[in-house]
Amino acid sequence: MYVRKRLAAIALGVVAAIAAGSAGAEAPKRGGTLTYMIPADAPPSLDGHRETTYATVHAAAPFYSVLIRVPPDNPSSTTEFVCDLCTEMPKPTDGGKTYTFKIRQGVKFHDGSPLTAQDVGDSWNRIVFPPKGTTSARVTFYAMVDKIEVPDDQTVVFKLKYPASAFLPALADPYSWIYSKKILEKDPHFYEQHVMGSGPFRFVSYEIGQSIKGERNPDYYHEGQPYLDGFVALFAPKQSVRVDAIRSDRAAMEFRGLPPSARDELAKEGGKDIVFQESDWNCGNIITPNHKKKPFDDVRVRRALALAIDQWHGAPALAKIANVRTVGGIVFPGSPLAATKDELQQMAGYWPDIEKSRAEAKRLLKEAGAEGLKFELLNRNVDQPYKFVGTWVIGEWKKIGLNVEQKVVPTGPWFSNMRGGTFDVVMEANCISVVNPLLDTGKYLPAKVFPENYGQFDDDKSIELYDKMQTETDPKKQRDDMRAYEKHTLDTMVHSIVLPYWYRIVPMRSYVQGWKISPSHYLNQDLANIWLEK
Amino acid sequence: MYRYIVTRLLLAVPTLVGAAALVFVLLRLIPGDVCVIRLGAGGMHVDPTALAHCRQELGLNDPIIAQFLDFLGSYLTFDFGTSMWSGHPVTEEIGKRLPVSLQIALMATVIAVLIAIPLGTLSALKENSWLDHIVRMVAIAGIATPSFWLGIMSLVLVLDITYLATGKAWMPPIDFVPFWQDPLRNLSIVLLPAITVGYRYSAVTMRMTRSAMLEVMREDYIRTARAKGLLEQIVINRHALKNALLPVVTLIGIEFAFLIGGLVVTEQVFNLNGIGRLFVLAVQNQDNVLTQALTMLVVVIFVVTNLVVDLLYAWLDPRIRFS
Repeated sequence: MYVRKRLAAIALGVVAAIAAGSAGAEAPKRGGTLTYMIPADAPPSLDGHRETTYATVHAAAPFYSVLIRVPPDNPSSTTEFVCDLCTEMPKPTDGGKTYTFKIRQGVKFHDGSPLTAQDVGDSWNRIVFPPKGTTSARVTFYAMVDKIEVPDDQTVVFKLKYPASAFLPALADPYSWIYSKKILEKDPHFYEQHVMGSGPFRFVSYEIGQSIKGERNPDYYHEGQPYLDGFVALFAPKQSVRVDAIRSDRAAMEFRGLPPSARDELAKEGGKDIVFQESDWNCGNIITPNHKKKPFDDVRVRRALALAIDQWHGAPALAKIANVRTVGGIVFPGSPLAATKDELQQMAGYWPDIEKSRAEAKRLLKEAGAEGLKFELLNRNVDQPYKFVGTWVIGEWKKIGLNVEQKVVPTGPWFSNMRGGTFDVVMEANCISVVNPLLDTGKYLPAKVFPENYGQFDDDKSIELYDKMQTETDPKKQRDDMRAYEKHTLDTMVHSIVLPYWYRIVPMRSYVQGWKISPSHYLNQDLANIWLEK
Repeated sequence: MYRYIVTRLLLAVPTLVGAAALVFVLLRLIPGDVCVIRLGAGGMHVDPTALAHCRQELGLNDPIIAQFLDFLGSYLTFDFGTSMWSGHPVTEEIGKRLPVSLQIALMATVIAVLIAIPLGTLSALKENSWLDHIVRMVAIAGIATPSFWLGIMSLVLVLDITYLATGKAWMPPIDFVPFWQDPLRNLSIVLLPAITVGYRYSAVTMRMTRSAMLEVMREDYIRTARAKGLLEQIVINRHALKNALLPVVTLIGIEFAFLIGGLVVTEQVFNLNGIGRLFVLAVQNQDNVLTQALTMLVVVIFVVTNLVVDLLYAWLDPRIRFS
């Protein structure tokens, strides 16, 4: 299975300007309080099972344990997973359909009660099979799970319906916190408003919209960790506040990511006191034409839209002003399942010769009777990078004679228009935590299989290609299947146009050590390995 | 007097009901809902089962008329509901933010009054002098300058000055502490926003004071007072200023009420967790329950402030009687 450690050496295509000293050659120092910013007003609740926003993870992940996770010391790996509460990563049995996890002994919740396999099994059952009256936001990730059993206090067994390479990455989901079974039995909604975990930090206080504080858990099971005495997370939705706070050392860092202009400003004003870690981001914008609206029902028109965009020259230029950078296909660049540059260049929208590409686009538009086409690009009222990317794409389309108006709306109406199919062409976004291409690419399936595809099309061939890839266990054949599915989606049918992947720039004071960037702002957020060189 | 107050309070009832109905309808005209935003906040994969459950839980599937009657009924029993976004009672959400906005509004008002009334009066008394020109210039600049821009610039200035002076940039703390917990820290947080808001506020008030004073100073009774040989100070303080303050008090009242919920951008610039920021959050998240409660709060503040202003008229102008 490709997710195994044998592929761990395949590094992510990270362009990491790793901060001086953060490589961690020195022994970590204990003590100090880390103050960081959360770029949000407040999370809706503190329940990771229920919420989808990073604000919940950035606020509450330090209080919780998970079963498995991306390696905290190498979080940019797209294929390696390590135990948090388990003792050893299991080898699947029963033809790849059974995973048996042994749970650490002696782990305690912050209230002093023991954490056993009963708690792990109960939490996972609630995530995969939410009881009536509760919400689990990522049920669809676990379609392959048949049942979860707890034969004794040390063992949790996941039984799958079919062998699935997507299972382990899905299990490493950073929201899948382990809650106390005893508490949940009394009140299934307890964790929406309260914190009680077994993670590296114990809860101290929470002021909605202002701050959340934690202190070191002296009973933490990873020896020596956490290094910090505590942390203070400050909610600050406005970018200028966060930049000023880091510049003046009111806060040491933020974890989501700043645009290049803010990085340049901080680098200029902060000098050597402020450093940056950078990485490709497992988030991207996607252009989706409404296949039910003429003339976007015509594949020639959709293909022309893709052919007009000069991704190879546009991405580096755009990277100077917006937080996007790397050109990619439907799979996150750097994953073993991602297309190479040569493979990408075989598809519409990635041709190396843009003149030839645009000439073909014009020919197709003429043939389809859609020359000088006028339409609206529905976009979300978020600057970075939605509006920047939208403006760029419109400029590219203008070069083949299209007349496009950008309609920018707030999040609610944006979703509503997408779901209702009331748009011509929409700028979507796909933002995922653990790199799990087999699940992530479900986004490109027709709505009858994947309800959150807004392209309004039906395509059995697409489903067939996707299903074949899901059940394939040979990594090489699976990669070939992915290529076939990708080519069908982006080149043959042009259901979507994938734009350059986002780029994550994390600023931090130079005294912050131990933390390493990952391709997702949801990952590696428990702060256990952070220490301060002060 | 009491009858007047009771009448005014009763007249506020249709205002409140009208505002409630208007905000209820307008909020529901916006496409989308809080569940879609909440569940799509992260990765855009909105799970349909979770969405259906969320809508049922929040009563979004109920008929609109049932929702409206429920809304009115709950307000009659002083049950203002629970935030659809956070699940906390709206009274708790507002209660945590109100002191921040109230403190800024009060401090800005004090700053504005202390600057505007003396300078506006002086400007009118020294009409067309160099002092008048300077005051008018300061006032026009205050009106023309958005307070959020002034806020950003003041922060940048503080950062740059401290950096040049000490080699280390400094800015005020960004985590609010109530005055009674740590007065110094509290003041270092709220002083800059209060000054930036107070400056614009004082500019408007200064202009109003000047023009009202100019008008009053040309009245016959002022000429009569002077002809009687009264001291100029008495003429100004007792006869002119008190009468000129009538429109100024109205303006101060309206501005104060506006500041409670209207410091949207200033609160964001200074990362203050106040009512304005909560308002934006509630609207963005399509949290109808919280938006309705905040709107009603602002309406109540305006009604009460107007009442207080009307009562102040009686003190300022004895000719006004409430009978």
